[in-house]
Amino acid sequence: LKNNNIKELVVLSGKGGTGKTTITAAIASLVDSLVLADCDVDAADLHLLTQPKIIEQNKFIEGKEAIVNLDKCTGCGLCASMCRFDAFKQLDDGLYSVVEVKCEGCGLCVHYCSEKAIDFVDRDCGIWMISETRFGTMVHARLKPAGENSGLLVSLVRKEARKIAQKEGKKLILVDGPPGIGCPVISSVTGSSAVLLVTESTLSALHDLSRVAQLAQNFEVPVYVVINRADINIEVSEAIKKECEKLKVNFVGMIPFDKQIVNSQLAGQSVIEYISTETKNIIKDIWERVWTTM
Amino acid sequence: MKIAIASGKGGTGKTFVSVNLAYSLEKNVKLLDCDVEEPNSNIFLKGDFISKQQSSLLVPKLINDLCDGCRICQNVCQFNAIVVLAKKAMVFEDLCHACGFCTLACPQKALYEVEHKIGEVTHFQKGAIELIEGRLDVGKALAVPVIRDVKSNIKLNETVIIDSPPGTSCPMVWAVQESDLVILVAESTPFGLHDFKLALESVNEMKIPCAVIINKDGLGDNRLEKYCQNENIKILGKIPYDRKIATSYSHGAILVKEDKFYDQQFKQIWKEIENFIKEASFEK
Repeated sequence: LKNNNIKELVVLSGKGGTGKTTITAAIASLVDSLVLADCDVDAADLHLLTQPKIIEQNKFIEGKEAIVNLDKCTGCGLCASMCRFDAFKQLDDGLYSVVEVKCEGCGLCVHYCSEKAIDFVDRDCGIWMISETRFGTMVHARLKPAGENSGLLVSLVRKEARKIAQKEGKKLILVDGPPGIGCPVISSVTGSSAVLLVTESTLSALHDLSRVAQLAQNFEVPVYVVINRADINIEVSEAIKKECEKLKVNFVGMIPFDKQIVNSQLAGQSVIEYISTETKNIIKDIWERVWTTM
Repeated sequence: MKIAIASGKGGTGKTFVSVNLAYSLEKNVKLLDCDVEEPNSNIFLKGDFISKQQSSLLVPKLINDLCDGCRICQNVCQFNAIVVLAKKAMVFEDLCHACGFCTLACPQKALYEVEHKIGEVTHFQKGAIELIEGRLDVGKALAVPVIRDVKSNIKLNETVIIDSPPGTSCPMVWAVQESDLVILVAESTPFGLHDFKLALESVNEMKIPCAVIINKDGLGDNRLEKYCQNENIKILGKIPYDRKIATSYSHGAILVKEDKFYDQQFKQIWKEIENFIKEASFEK
């Protein structure tokens, strides 16, 4: 049963490198009662600022993959001709093997191989962890290099974070999301309470912001927008504000470029913990605007 | 020569490097924008539109009268994309991976395949640069088929630059595989170094030669450079953190077009790339 008292805010951006993790950690410093979830599972960075102490670690086994048993393979090539994903390569001796990263795990080759030479085995896609941090409990994960099923891993991280929030009676699940608009982003957005889009004053970021904002709106999730490094190009920042009006999303503020933000990362701390400049108050105000209306 | 520009962490400068490399080459080059979730290359290139194709998946469609509700399609589908409800199969196109299993397996021949649009592949031309941009439709989950459609435009013996998506998982893998060289664009911040190592692991897994361009050099520390030296990873060039670059990038300009110094620097990076590929193929 879904506990409606728990809010879930997902931090996204469209374009990568705009400051999702920086903002997530900053918010974490401003909220007493939360659970953190790092859903940028193939390039997770939040742990670099939260220094989690891992209390539970689990394998992420999801889906299947095909493996050729070379003792049974006769090299007929039926598998290679039927595979839609071009996942077979012919070896020097004429037999076939599966290129792991290309295998989609559909099982078609396993079924149709006339020699029954292809096994269908569980796929080890990475690990997921529950940790203690100074901000609260954190659920995070690590996809295997060149791994599959990041969308399903995102769903799992969110589900576990919700369980913990219910158990601990926390008010907020704060999700550090992945870049882009594809499968892991869709898995991050569906059924959440709100999305905070972190953008920057570049035309690329504006373009990408529009796409991810539309995605969130397709799922009927309310959208907030903050511009990071807003003073790099004031004109573009103004264009982003206009775009927010057009898209009917909540514009909540601008953060200037501040080298102290990079320094806080070097120190392994959140911006709120590390800096004393005006930027800190700006971020506090932005968070107030989001939290009081969520 | 096929060069993939990748990164792990987003926003390190993949598109910046891709576009400026393409522009500074001054020879025919194909630039493939494989960051199909958020394609940005043409914001900078502003190429002339040449043509557009649909990118689609072959998904099953039911001939209602032939379906007897036997559930074989549901049982063979690994992606929960086809389910039998009220004794008739129902297809969920957005979950379908287009493997074709259900259509083949249906004993009643009640399924056939139709194209389901998930994106677009657009050709642009700007001088010597042919840009092929993949663009996933908003709301569609699978980036890889669009990336595959973009890459199907590669012909033998062309110079190709692949602007890859961020991350280390399937979209990145599909974008960079079968390249002669992967250039990882990285910045020397804690996040930058951490994600660079992840991307490096993925590239090593694929056994593709790999080199680095350090971007925004001077922002952060020098741990990335030290790491590369210790691990014997070739640094093809270093681009400083320069407010001028940030501003030029922010309004969609091509840096090497307006700045002679950086044009020279990108031409030097090309020389380093050619030497590196020569050495890598010699070692093979």
